[in-house]
Amino acid sequence: MLADHLDPMAASLFSLLVIASLLLAFVMLGSRWLKDYMLAFAAQSWLIGILSALIGYYGGYRELYWVAGFTVLFRGIVLPWLILRILRRLNTARELHEVLSTSTSLVIGAAAVIFALVVAMRITKDLGITSNVVVLALTVMFSMKLIGFLMLTLRHEAISQILGILVLENGIFLGTQILVPGMPLMIELVLLFDLLVAVACFGVLVRYLLTHIGSTSSRDLRRLTG
Amino acid sequence: MSLTARLLILSLAPLLAVLLGLLVRRARSSEYLNLAASVVVLLMALPLPFLGGLPITLLGGYLLVDPLGAWVVMCVAVVYLLSSIYAIGYMRHDVHRVSQLPLFYALLAAFALTMLIAPLVNSIGVYWIAIELTTLVSTFLVGFERNAESMEAAWKYIIVVSSGISLALLGTALLYWGGTFVYGQTYQLTWASLAQAAPHMPPVLLKMGFLLALIGYGTKVGLAPMHTWLPDAHSEGPAPVSAMLSGALLNTAMVGIVRFLAATDAAGQGALPHAALVILGVLSLLVGALFIVRQRQIKRLMAYSSVEHMGVLALGFGFGGTLGVAGALYHMINHSLAKPLLFFGAGNAMQHYRSKRIADIRGVWQAFPVSGAIWLCGAVAITGAPPFGLFLSEFAILRAGWNARYLWAALAMLLLLIVIFVAFLNHFRAMYLAESTTAPVGHDHWCGGWRVVPMALPLVPLLVLGVWWPSSWTTLFHTIANALGATP
Repeated sequence: MLADHLDPMAASLFSLLVIASLLLAFVMLGSRWLKDYMLAFAAQSWLIGILSALIGYYGGYRELYWVAGFTVLFRGIVLPWLILRILRRLNTARELHEVLSTSTSLVIGAAAVIFALVVAMRITKDLGITSNVVVLALTVMFSMKLIGFLMLTLRHEAISQILGILVLENGIFLGTQILVPGMPLMIELVLLFDLLVAVACFGVLVRYLLTHIGSTSSRDLRRLTG
Repeated sequence: MSLTARLLILSLAPLLAVLLGLLVRRARSSEYLNLAASVVVLLMALPLPFLGGLPITLLGGYLLVDPLGAWVVMCVAVVYLLSSIYAIGYMRHDVHRVSQLPLFYALLAAFALTMLIAPLVNSIGVYWIAIELTTLVSTFLVGFERNAESMEAAWKYIIVVSSGISLALLGTALLYWGGTFVYGQTYQLTWASLAQAAPHMPPVLLKMGFLLALIGYGTKVGLAPMHTWLPDAHSEGPAPVSAMLSGALLNTAMVGIVRFLAATDAAGQGALPHAALVILGVLSLLVGALFIVRQRQIKRLMAYSSVEHMGVLALGFGFGGTLGVAGALYHMINHSLAKPLLFFGAGNAMQHYRSKRIADIRGVWQAFPVSGAIWLCGAVAITGAPPFGLFLSEFAILRAGWNARYLWAALAMLLLLIVIFVAFLNHFRAMYLAESTTAPVGHDHWCGGWRVVPMALPLVPLLVLGVWWPSSWTTLFHTIANALGATP
């Protein structure tokens, strides 16, 4: 695989981008202001786009340039813009009710990263892979998954939940590009497009939530039980 | 008729219904357009599993028509037709919504289209996208009534299912990674190439990929403990939509799990995946039983019954073997026939009594003798009592599990099915026989033909399937079980 025989420059660039993405996930986890949250997501998408382009360059996967372009366009520009539009319509600029304090959730996030690291080390040991980039990519993929779920459970604002789901998918995008850069182009492009449709649907729903329930916090969604 | 033409008509009919319905924008014409599309779909889909020459790949390898996928398409087509008939009667009831009817039918046909395509998709990545599309379309159907409850249900539905199914994407990526050890960096990940590569994949990736896919698609199937969206979505959508969700949608996601399971079987790593599926099945039955016993709302009762039956399906495929697979497939069509009937009955009762609460639904015998009798038969059928088809299929699944390894699960299944039988019918006893405290408020023509015919229609095959297991189906089930690599 690509990650087995990287030149040191590429390996350190990949690691840098991967770690920066993970840091941005923590920025999201620690931020209570929805706009910061959204900006961190946009920045993360840009980093992932740059990563795709670099992998395309070093691995000779021409089609990854397309993926990079579309990632930056859809996830780095269009989605944040759509979410910004929704944000402007809503009156909520921040999470009002915190389930856990910021510091506690950051600590839990750190624990999630350690867990992901343990899992990634076990897998790579089983596979007999020694490349640090692979371990790092697996760790970040799993930990962004876990952090995404953490954000979904700890946050109540509709926008936070949408962003939580997008972070879940950012993690997969990041991981797959390093582990399996050959995963067919078609699928990745359709996935990007699919996300756009998904967020459009979310936008419509948020508006409905606001008009029919008068709030976009899932704390107020408690009629259906049992 | 060639297979390609058949599939083309199958997918073009609902597509045309969507486009023309949106173009014409008249309530009556969109009703009949959708109905016509569903009739065409059923005519095309009914013979599909029994055609010779399957499995076959079409459209440059993007479509895979195999008996299993065709079987699920047939189930979807049956439910689509029943729901389309019932929707005409049900949706006309609310006169304020007439202007929204074209939109409703367009969404309904689009929903059917996505569900007809998903089981036939050959590439695993595209299958994931197809399943995601079914969620996106049906969210708007769940929230169609636009009151606070249905918006809440729609929001929970899309959030829970999208986040759950992203795990399946992770699982798919890991399996693709596993495949690169066999095929090299770039290849098409199809169901066939997965099953071929599985024996040579690192087992850790195969097992982890399967478990992630099981959790992801299991969310969509509604297996406990990922079922939390299901009762809300099923209870708050309009009754025809509930029937489509329960009778058709859940099966299309089950196909994915079954195919991943077959890949692990092919690799000889099936023990853990089968056990995981069996455990989720028993959990679903348990959750279904607990919530059915103390249920207060009529449509949530039906929804938890869906959780229960998806548990039964999971047990059938989890027990495995020819008998388990055959029982599960038989159960799939029986459930697809019986569940719409129950949701339609619930829809009638809800509109007649203007309440969702079981406690408000009293004196059903007096209020509607004919469709009430059919509804009661449906309730007896869904709880797995003879002489209906579900008895045979549940019995087959139970026999498949009656071996040393899964005896505990089979016993738990038996016990929980008995609990559910008693509890479910107890609710019906109260609705039919208990004295009503308040007079029924409804006075409308609840018993119009559009509402009774789709309830009576599935009762006939349910009865027939209960006394006669067609031999051509047995052959088909054997073919599917062999293709899935089930050992007898």
